[in-house]
Amino acid sequence: MKGMSPIVKNTASVVTAFVMMYGIYVTVTGHITPGGGFAGGVIIMAGVVLLVLSYGGDPIREVTAEGECHVLEGLGAMAFLLVAVIGLFGGAFFANWLGTGRPMELLSGGTILISNLAIGLKVAAGLTGIFLALVLAIRAAMPKE
Amino acid sequence: MTIDLFILLLVGFMLVAGLIAVEARDLLSAVIAVGAAGFALCVIDLLLGAPDLAFPQVVVEIITLVLLIRMIVTRTDTSRQTPRDTLRTGAVLLAGGVILVVVFVAVGGLDGTGAMPAFGHPVVANAPAGPGTPPGVSAEYLARCTQDTGAANTVAGILLDYRAYDTLGEATVIFVSILGGYVVLRSIGRKREGEADAS
Repeated sequence: MKGMSPIVKNTASVVTAFVMMYGIYVTVTGHITPGGGFAGGVIIMAGVVLLVLSYGGDPIREVTAEGECHVLEGLGAMAFLLVAVIGLFGGAFFANWLGTGRPMELLSGGTILISNLAIGLKVAAGLTGIFLALVLAIRAAMPKE
Repeated sequence: MTIDLFILLLVGFMLVAGLIAVEARDLLSAVIAVGAAGFALCVIDLLLGAPDLAFPQVVVEIITLVLLIRMIVTRTDTSRQTPRDTLRTGAVLLAGGVILVVVFVAVGGLDGTGAMPAFGHPVVANAPAGPGTPPGVSAEYLARCTQDTGAANTVAGILLDYRAYDTLGEATVIFVSILGGYVVLRSIGRKREGEADAS
């Protein structure tokens, strides 16, 4: 997969920062506004897709590989399960063991914020890894030039 | 009800888009039809007052569309066109639809007097939709969610606190499907010690 023109590359490298920041915002404020871990993770992955489509598949492979994405995805899933298991000590599986706080504040909702962060990490890393694997598979299927 | 009519129109649009996606000879047309169906579903979500659902839907739809179009543009379709038995497919689809409608009406779905609740009155709704349906818990959830969980967004409160088991299952589904994708897509397979190189 070859890169596109310099105009596309420069625009993408500026826009990607905002896309990823928006994804993190959606993940973190999932308990206040619509959104949450899944939507935020997919938006973060959209930033990676934008970069790979504009720059081609080669530069991203120097930064990350699908193996690292897989490790991060496992970490996200483990964090989500850990939140649930810690709740076991507070009474039940998935019990809300943190204080609820005042609604509409960022640090409210107890474990919901942590769960959103874990799911966001899991979805972003997993989908990015799948996307990188797809890029690699296309590259392997293409005839050598 | 105007909004019901609009939703029915959108559902019809999705059906037509799905049929086009299945029957189109051109891969690009099929992908665009799939995207149209997805965006219609997103508008339905918004009309039914579910921005939490419409949000991931539109993002996933955009990414899927971009990726599929990118993949189709880079390669030319060299597969031979096989003749299709459109009549048989249509007959099977029609028979299936008739059976579904008959079962739906037989179970008593249309006006909510039977076992199936009426449209817009799910089982968890607090007021019983009919004589046979039990009272649900949704009003209780709505009244106590912010106080119980501290989350201003009731959907997040239900997804990650009251019904976190469901979210765990959903996360497991994503995890397993991504794992399967890795297995299929991994271009360089791992070999055992001393195994011969296949290629």
